[in-house]
Amino acid sequence: MIYYELLDHTADLGIRITADDIYELFEGGAHAMFDQIVDRSVLSGAAKESLTVSGIDKPDLLIGWLRELLYLWNGRERLVKWVHIEQMDDTHIAASIWHDPFDPAKHEILSDIKAVTYHGVTVEQTPKGWVATVIFDV
Amino acid sequence: MELIQIDPYRWEIKKTGAMRVPARIYSSRKLIGAVKKDETFRQLVNVAQLPGILNAALAMPDIHWGYGFPIGGVAGFDVEEGVISPGGVGYDINCGVRLAATHLTYEEIKPQLETLISALYRNVPTGVGSTGRVKLSNSELKKVLKQGSRWAVSQGFGEAADIDRTEDQGCMPDADPDAVTQKALERGRKQLGTLGSGNHFLEIGVVEEIHDPLVADVFGLAKGSVTVLLHTGSRGLGHQTCDDFLAAMTKNHTIDGMELPDRQLACARIQSAAGRQYYRAMACAANFAWANRQILIHNTRETFEQVLGISPRQLGMRQVYDICHNIAKFEQHTINGQSRRICVHRKGATRAFPPNHPDLCAEYQKTGQPILIPGDMGTASYVLTGMPKAMEETFGSTCHGAGRVMSRKAAKKSAKGRSLEKELAEKGVITRWTGKSTLAEEMPEAYKNVTEVVDVVAGSGISKIVAKLRPIAVIKG
Repeated sequence: MIYYELLDHTADLGIRITADDIYELFEGGAHAMFDQIVDRSVLSGAAKESLTVSGIDKPDLLIGWLRELLYLWNGRERLVKWVHIEQMDDTHIAASIWHDPFDPAKHEILSDIKAVTYHGVTVEQTPKGWVATVIFDV
Repeated sequence: MELIQIDPYRWEIKKTGAMRVPARIYSSRKLIGAVKKDETFRQLVNVAQLPGILNAALAMPDIHWGYGFPIGGVAGFDVEEGVISPGGVGYDINCGVRLAATHLTYEEIKPQLETLISALYRNVPTGVGSTGRVKLSNSELKKVLKQGSRWAVSQGFGEAADIDRTEDQGCMPDADPDAVTQKALERGRKQLGTLGSGNHFLEIGVVEEIHDPLVADVFGLAKGSVTVLLHTGSRGLGHQTCDDFLAAMTKNHTIDGMELPDRQLACARIQSAAGRQYYRAMACAANFAWANRQILIHNTRETFEQVLGISPRQLGMRQVYDICHNIAKFEQHTINGQSRRICVHRKGATRAFPPNHPDLCAEYQKTGQPILIPGDMGTASYVLTGMPKAMEETFGSTCHGAGRVMSRKAAKKSAKGRSLEKELAEKGVITRWTGKSTLAEEMPEAYKNVTEVVDVVAGSGISKIVAKLRPIAVIKG
């Protein structure tokens, strides 16, 4: 099971994700981020590509992962429908990404996320499962 | 963490624990309550722990919770011992404001105001992923990054006098395009001459009150005259530059063996290779932002002339000033009685140099630097001028705007079932916007009262009020 909630931050936007395992946690973070940008149900996910990311520890890895995915949108105008993590440990991720090229006629941009910040980032294992917190610059 | 009130406008958090200097907050009884509730003061205390910080970690009255540094934060660092921090500058490097005055009056443009704002909305690309009409080759983009405003004027966007009336003449000389990553260059290539989204705007206003007639006259501001205020920055190029250097510096999140209190404060010694490289890349993004605002004000000038069918002389659009909000710069300041070159970080704060400062153009030597303080889109904006006290107390800095008080989520909730467009129209403000939730997120109640913010910087003597502007038409990204 995975769910996320939006957190109040005066200037920006925060997300807290809860998941049963760390794969789901990182995948859920990616889907939650793109849910803020676009209604993912209208995407087809026709284009697929691979992504590898590395970090120094879990929080750094989470931010790096979300940064790379956000660059698909901010830098290459791709909207992500799905992500699937093939393999990961504390410092590496190898994943498959399905995305659509942005088409203003089809895709309404709900809100803009400009960057993924390191401020207050947490990745923790709790009795309820894995929990992560991320604040975005909007 | 104990907050001690020093006088009606100043509070202090004493140096304790890992703090190297105290924290000082410029505020008022009315304003300080809102920031006590969140993480803002904790963030300021974190800044006070950074190596080489001088005097005090400072907060302006528009301070609010940011990431790493609070927004509205100012910190000066020793060049040898100190650090430079991408998070201390912010994502939107040289996000800033440009003000132009005109010879027109409200009555003269009122019949055509709807047509004018619609034409501006077409001519100033806004919103997420908007692209400009300026297409740049790699070599041309690098010229923009080296030359800033000068590049834009050389291409016919505006006048040489605009450059004199721009902070740092619209160019940081240490810019090195080779320090900027390919990703940042790619994001910038299509975005020159665009407003962007979020809190960026173009506002037509009217000078409603003159507080200092002599200074207002030098700034070209007459009561009842129409103004244009522009707020935007370095777009994706600046964001990517901050992001890339933060990611690199975060890999080493200890400095002198000290664990940083927040990863977003990742930094490098000013004199280190990483520190120097960030500074040179940041200067490129700052120059991109100045070129961006130079192009946008030029497009605005042309649109006014076309729609109103008047000559440049009749329009009389004169740039008052252009200032930046998010920057780290080397400046000369007096520390413990000695004049020293230090590195000042301003994150959501404005440079505020007083009369006779050598960095100001000849026109403003007697008045001090114009300081442009936008409020929310339904209330007012202010023009202030720099005062000597800012050099003594705040590294020549002051506030930058109203400052948010409500989260975007709370603003959207509060806007449910309301027509903000209608509410603003009833207040005499015509709106155009691009983003689905932009008007709700940027609603007037989401911000502090700008008059209360300005009263603090005027009351504490770090700036002086010159004029108050009232918005009449606003474009939001």
